[in-house]
Amino acid sequence: MIRAVMVISTQGKPRLLKFYQFQPPEKQQEIVRYVYGALSGRPDNVSNFVDADSIFGPGTRLVYKHMATLYIVFAFDSSENELAMLDLIQVFVQTLDKCFKNVCELDIIFNFNKLHTVLDEMILGGQVIETNSDQILKHVDDIARIEKSSSTKSLMPKSISARFGQ
Amino acid sequence: MEQLKSFGRELAMGSQGGSSKEFLDLVKSIGEARSKSEEDRIILRELETLRRRLSEPDIPRRKMKEYLLRLAYAEMLGHDASFGYIHAVKMAHDDNILLKRTGYLTVALFLDEGHDLIILIVNTIQKDLRSDNYLVVSAALVAVCKLISEETIPAVLPQVVELLGHPKEAVRKKAVMALHRFYQRSPSSVSHLVSNFRKRLCDNDPGVMGATLCPLFDLILEDANSYKDLVVSLVSILKQIAEKRLPTTYDYHHMPAPFIQIKLLKILALLGSGDKQASSHMYTVLTEIFRKCESSSNIGNAIIYECVCCVSSIYPNSKVLDAAIEATSKFLKSESHNLKYMGIDALGRLIRINPDIAEEHQLAVIDCLEDPDDTLKRKTFELLYKMTKSTNVEVIVDRMIDYMINITDSHYKTEIASRCVELAEQFAPSNQWFIQTMNKVFEHAGDLVNPRVAHNLMRLIAEGFGEDDEGADTQLRSSAVDSYLRILGEPKLPSLFLQVICWVLGEYGTADGKYSASYIIGKLCDVAEAHSSDDTVKAYAVSAIMKIFSFELAAGRKVEMLPECQTLIDEVLASHSTDLQQRAYEFQALLGLSPQVIENVMPPDASCEDIEIDKSLPFLSNYINQAIENGARPYVSESERSGTASTITVASASQYQHDTSSVHSLKFEAYELPKPRGPAPSIQSSSMSSLPTISSDLVPVSDATYTTREEQQNPKVQTLADQISAEIGVRLRLDGVQKKWGRQTYSSPSAPSTSSSSSTQKPSNGMVTSETIRESTLDSRKQQIPEVSAEKQRLAASLFGKKAVEKKTQAGTRRPVKEIQPAVATSAPEAPKEDKVIAPAAPPPDLLDLGEPSETATQTIDPFKQLEGLLGPGAGSDGASGPGPSVSDVATADLMSMVTDMPPIIDSKSSDKGVISSTVAKKGPNVKDALQKDATARQVGVTPTGNNPNLFKDLLG
Repeated sequence: MIRAVMVISTQGKPRLLKFYQFQPPEKQQEIVRYVYGALSGRPDNVSNFVDADSIFGPGTRLVYKHMATLYIVFAFDSSENELAMLDLIQVFVQTLDKCFKNVCELDIIFNFNKLHTVLDEMILGGQVIETNSDQILKHVDDIARIEKSSSTKSLMPKSISARFGQ
Repeated sequence: MEQLKSFGRELAMGSQGGSSKEFLDLVKSIGEARSKSEEDRIILRELETLRRRLSEPDIPRRKMKEYLLRLAYAEMLGHDASFGYIHAVKMAHDDNILLKRTGYLTVALFLDEGHDLIILIVNTIQKDLRSDNYLVVSAALVAVCKLISEETIPAVLPQVVELLGHPKEAVRKKAVMALHRFYQRSPSSVSHLVSNFRKRLCDNDPGVMGATLCPLFDLILEDANSYKDLVVSLVSILKQIAEKRLPTTYDYHHMPAPFIQIKLLKILALLGSGDKQASSHMYTVLTEIFRKCESSSNIGNAIIYECVCCVSSIYPNSKVLDAAIEATSKFLKSESHNLKYMGIDALGRLIRINPDIAEEHQLAVIDCLEDPDDTLKRKTFELLYKMTKSTNVEVIVDRMIDYMINITDSHYKTEIASRCVELAEQFAPSNQWFIQTMNKVFEHAGDLVNPRVAHNLMRLIAEGFGEDDEGADTQLRSSAVDSYLRILGEPKLPSLFLQVICWVLGEYGTADGKYSASYIIGKLCDVAEAHSSDDTVKAYAVSAIMKIFSFELAAGRKVEMLPECQTLIDEVLASHSTDLQQRAYEFQALLGLSPQVIENVMPPDASCEDIEIDKSLPFLSNYINQAIENGARPYVSESERSGTASTITVASASQYQHDTSSVHSLKFEAYELPKPRGPAPSIQSSSMSSLPTISSDLVPVSDATYTTREEQQNPKVQTLADQISAEIGVRLRLDGVQKKWGRQTYSSPSAPSTSSSSSTQKPSNGMVTSETIRESTLDSRKQQIPEVSAEKQRLAASLFGKKAVEKKTQAGTRRPVKEIQPAVATSAPEAPKEDKVIAPAAPPPDLLDLGEPSETATQTIDPFKQLEGLLGPGAGSDGASGPGPSVSDVATADLMSMVTDMPPIIDSKSSDKGVISSTVAKKGPNVKDALQKDATARQVGVTPTGNNPNLFKDLLG
């Protein structure tokens, strides 16, 4: 199963943490530090896999992708396939990109709840349930639509769209 | 500028869709924080604000949502937000789906399934599972997966089971996963529902079917036999998927439902393991997948890899196995580190079926071993560990140790150290090598290895080969002493290693007469002094000094008491450790004895003598007779006293004698021994207590411990020593290991040397000798790079054995010859084509090590080397002067570098590019948008390095 999904900035700051087995906050920070330490020391042009035995237990591995200022990291055990996980990161990023139209780090910080929604559509209880980014997006949009209609008023400042219009 | 700032804020808030300026400011100030402490201060302040706000009455619900998200954010950064948990639970109660989802999300982030507040949320979940709105049901199911513990499963189980029949496939899928989660939490809670999983396997939505595979995988992992009936249907599902019968929405990168295929293959691997009949159903579909899968995409390779795993797990079939081997070799020859990693892993699985498979890929393996990628290196060590035998153990363990020295990760260091020890103990070709290897392991990872290893090492040094070759044993010991005296110069040595060193120096330091007693004693004093806080090391040092003194005195030589030694003894006499004190007192007492007595007390090199114990204690007979004559009552054994004479005891000598010849009853004696009987027991118990306080199976040689008793009870000592040694003999039961240290494999060093001579031969004479033919057919790559291959060949030969190399000639001639033929025939301008074929396989590690950051740099150098190699043998076979790649070669190499610049770039990006090209096209006109975002980002201070407006540009095109 997948143990955790993490988005960590190249500065070592957590941007999104989702653990599929509960971890107390201190342990979460330890994991972030460990993972960041393991990833930041790796040169470019090497494999995207790292052993994570010492932090997640025997047989666990990390698959990561380094993108601009972020590391996107999936931690999982031996019941998953590394290459497939690498593609899952790809699906995740693609979905985010469609979701936010040119996703940037800022989107991820401010909308971490939306990221959780996206992840919940992809991975449930540590198992992959959906890998088609269009399908994921459809579900997420469904939720957003209902949320929007149910919320009394949007806080989205009209001024922005007005200014864009000019 | 001001305008831009506010603009950016609005923009950021807009994309957030509901957060306030405060959150933005928080993120901004955290982004600008210069230190961790400053960041902590900011968050603590934020938490204080939130605490205050949350305690206010009548908070608007939308505000509350934002507060909770801010709490979640603070907690993600590692701060305690537990005061707000209850509000999250309350929010999950809300009717508004937006707020409810936020509530569920934060609860899932905050709470552990065992948290007290969980009980409050169960009711909400129950209600939501019954909702008409499938999104509410979905949200509740997500929460179920996260929050329901073993105790609360019964509360929601019926509803979840009901949802397996929900009209929406998304809900069914999640219900299956929830049940899976229940199974993981408590298998017994859902054991009666297993049939439901089987039923869902036939769900008409492939997504639900795919989800069902997850719980099935776990169930089959537990007990494969109950699910053998599924093999046929699973195979047919896999076949249908592979034949693209699923709707195209399940395609991913042109592969039909790859994640489902992978899961299916994993399950089949479990079901087919060791089952010939079940496996026979799978061969066709596996062959099919091998044939169909395109290896150009990442996900295609993932499936191929999974097939290889499946093949290596099920009952072997030569045809499928060949396909798997071919796929593996493709991985290994790939340029991508990821694929190489998978290849090494796959190879590790395949060699379990047939160890010879590895031989074909020896150079690829060695390449991976020298790769700068740490992950790949570790994986390769894992492979080598699996294929270690007595012929290649030296090379492998040496490599492992070299690697071990340079890593800092103590977890992995421990693992690799214990692997080194394990391999060395199992396959050591000679004791000398074993000791040297152990020295290295101890020196660099001594604190991480098991103490048992240290005692094995001492035992080995004491016992030697276990054959009647005293000379070799002596040589072994003196070389150990030499090496230890040298190592003592190192500044920091692990405690365990120092113990070994002290013991060996004490026992054998002066044995060969090379070093004077005072020299060794001086060294030992230094050790004790340098490690004054380590009592165990000190105890070993004092005992060692005592041994050297007594050996010298027993031999009739005079030993002068060095001042530092005297200081040490004085200090230890006053030590808080009673063990140390006793050693010092014993030492003092020993110095006052006569040489004959000392020799009896401390016989040189007697640590592993077999000592006979005469339990009848004949030396006491005089004393007893005297006592009886003086009117004492004769001793009546316990059994005789109680009248149960049938029980065997130690008491009477005749009975003892009798029993030795009889059967197992003897065993009782060992247990009877410690019981108080006459004067002996006191000695025994004291000697036992004076053993160093380490765990019982360590048993350092303790001949130093019974000396004080010595003065009064001279004659007994030998027996006592016997007893102790006998115990040592009993405890160190390592006879099984002895065989493995046998010398039959000693010839292995010759293998590398012969092959190295052959490889040095090659460049010097241009003629193609029989040796070079062998090498050139070994692997097409090998002959391309003469210098690199010389070393690699040596390594390969030593790793895979000379025999293996020769065998390989027959096996390998098929393919390589084909590749060589054109290589020799083609002229220089055409060479690039060859080069491209070769380039992926040979990334010269030395060049990468130089730390050239750009990929192209290595690429440009690479072809040159290859060309040089290419032409070398060709010229040689023409009879021209052999290794003389002249100016023209260099020129062509340059040309080539320009040509070969192109492919790698395309290669590395093409897979991503092809797929996302649509997104790229869409992005074109959006650069402005991206720039604006970036401006905001920078202004907020979250992307200090972000000179790239689109963060994922590198990924997406």
